[in-house]
Amino acid sequence: MLTAAIVAILVTMLLALIRTFLGPTEYDRMLGANSFGTKTVLFIALAGHVLQWNSYLDVALLYALLNFVGTIAVMRFFEYRNALEERDDPESAA
Amino acid sequence: MTAIIEILSGLCLFLGGVLCVTGGVGLLRMPDFFSRVHASGVTETLAAPLLLIGLALQMEWSLDLVKVAMILILVLATNPTATHAMAKAALHGGQRPLVFDNDKPTRGEGASKP
Amino acid sequence: MVIAVAAIRLSDLFAVVMLFGVYSLLTAVLFMDLDAVDVAFTEAAVGAGVTTVLMLSSLHLTKRWEALPRRNPVLGLLVVGVTGAALVYAVLDAPGLGDPSAAVHQHVTPRYIEQGQAEVGMPNLVTAVLASYRGYDTFGETVVIFTAGLAVLLLLGIQDDPRMRPGVSTIGDQVVLRSVVKVLIPLILLYGLYVQFHGDFGAGGGFQAGVIFATGFVLYDLVFGDGSARAVVPPGWLHRLAALGVLIYGGVGVYSLLAGKAFLDYSALATDPVHGQHLGVLLVELGVGIAVFSVVLLIFYAFSGRGRRR
Repeated sequence: MLTAAIVAILVTMLLALIRTFLGPTEYDRMLGANSFGTKTVLFIALAGHVLQWNSYLDVALLYALLNFVGTIAVMRFFEYRNALEERDDPESAA
Repeated sequence: MTAIIEILSGLCLFLGGVLCVTGGVGLLRMPDFFSRVHASGVTETLAAPLLLIGLALQMEWSLDLVKVAMILILVLATNPTATHAMAKAALHGGQRPLVFDNDKPTRGEGASKP
Repeated sequence: MVIAVAAIRLSDLFAVVMLFGVYSLLTAVLFMDLDAVDVAFTEAAVGAGVTTVLMLSSLHLTKRWEALPRRNPVLGLLVVGVTGAALVYAVLDAPGLGDPSAAVHQHVTPRYIEQGQAEVGMPNLVTAVLASYRGYDTFGETVVIFTAGLAVLLLLGIQDDPRMRPGVSTIGDQVVLRSVVKVLIPLILLYGLYVQFHGDFGAGGGFQAGVIFATGFVLYDLVFGDGSARAVVPPGWLHRLAALGVLIYGGVGVYSLLAGKAFLDYSALATDPVHGQHLGVLLVELGVGIAVFSVVLLIFYAFSGRGRRR
């Protein structure tokens, strides 16, 4: 059953990756990358247990945190640049 | 006792796997960003704890179990927040959800618009 | 490999950054499969976290779409192809993975493996080799990291922008995000400390811990704004902390010199040589962690504080 779950996770990772490639808008790419990251955390946790990797839970924990930070970083740098520019010249703010 | 735990673990893993793939398919097939966010966010946030619980049931009592619990809590906390943040960012960036306009009221239901 | 090809072909640099993050993650999984956990750790921490953030901030400053190449790419392709072919040919000649008769496994390695735990006193052989047997190399790496931070400071500098007041955040008023992040950041910092001090036994050590610790502060900066982040950790402190990290490492070496042994010979630190080794590794990893943390945060400050040039 564990191997079946791992295969399911791998399939989902592939689907999320396709969305990251395709995604017409950048939000879709962000979503795909975030999903891929979450699936990888699960993959490392499950596969590490099956394959008896060393310290696999530490890496999974680390990546769960970093996935979140990466998504927030994308938001900060792309979606809200307008806010800072509007604050510069209040006349041009809509 | 161990048979019950094994069955429970297998069930959790199976459900988690099914939810996972469903979320992935939803990611690809949904027509619009917001529906994709909804599909993947909801299913992932449920699939991750199910899979992790299924994994934890198969391990013995050790430090690893505490770490799995920590990963579970972390994913449960960060995934919805990230989904919310992404949706809010998209809204702020000008995306609007795809809306289907039903001009004709269907028979038997009170239409909200004339 | 598919991801690498896609990353090169796409000209939307934003997508490229996302794909690089994915690629780095897959490499980390590959390292795990090869049983190299510390490397996987560092790859995940640096590649997926810090590099993505820094690339995004530099994208913010430059253009988003890649400029079309002006030169004929055939020459470049030829050079890369020849080099790649030479590398593959060399790899074919190399001994197989884990081959016990390979040259690299002959001279010093059996000694490390057999006597490492007895001499240095810690189960994680990677940390033992990194910090004790090959301590000079790690000292060099720490100084290189410090120099990189120095170079970024000289080239970019940390701008003191009057727009960056505490409380002003470009991300706007996101209550959910702020509340969750307020709880998450102490956990990240705690995890960084755990990785730092647990490096003796499991995967971990100074480099990974420094990066994780810096990621906590980067998250604070991302969500609460540059002004608040600079109020919490002023750049002046970071200058001193980076120097302090290198100083701790070098200081341990000088202390052992003064105690009559060779530079960075940890057995001079305590009466029992194994205790001395353990203490030395602890101090040295602490130095590395502090240096890496402050340099990563410095580089992030330098990138993120720059306004847009028109």
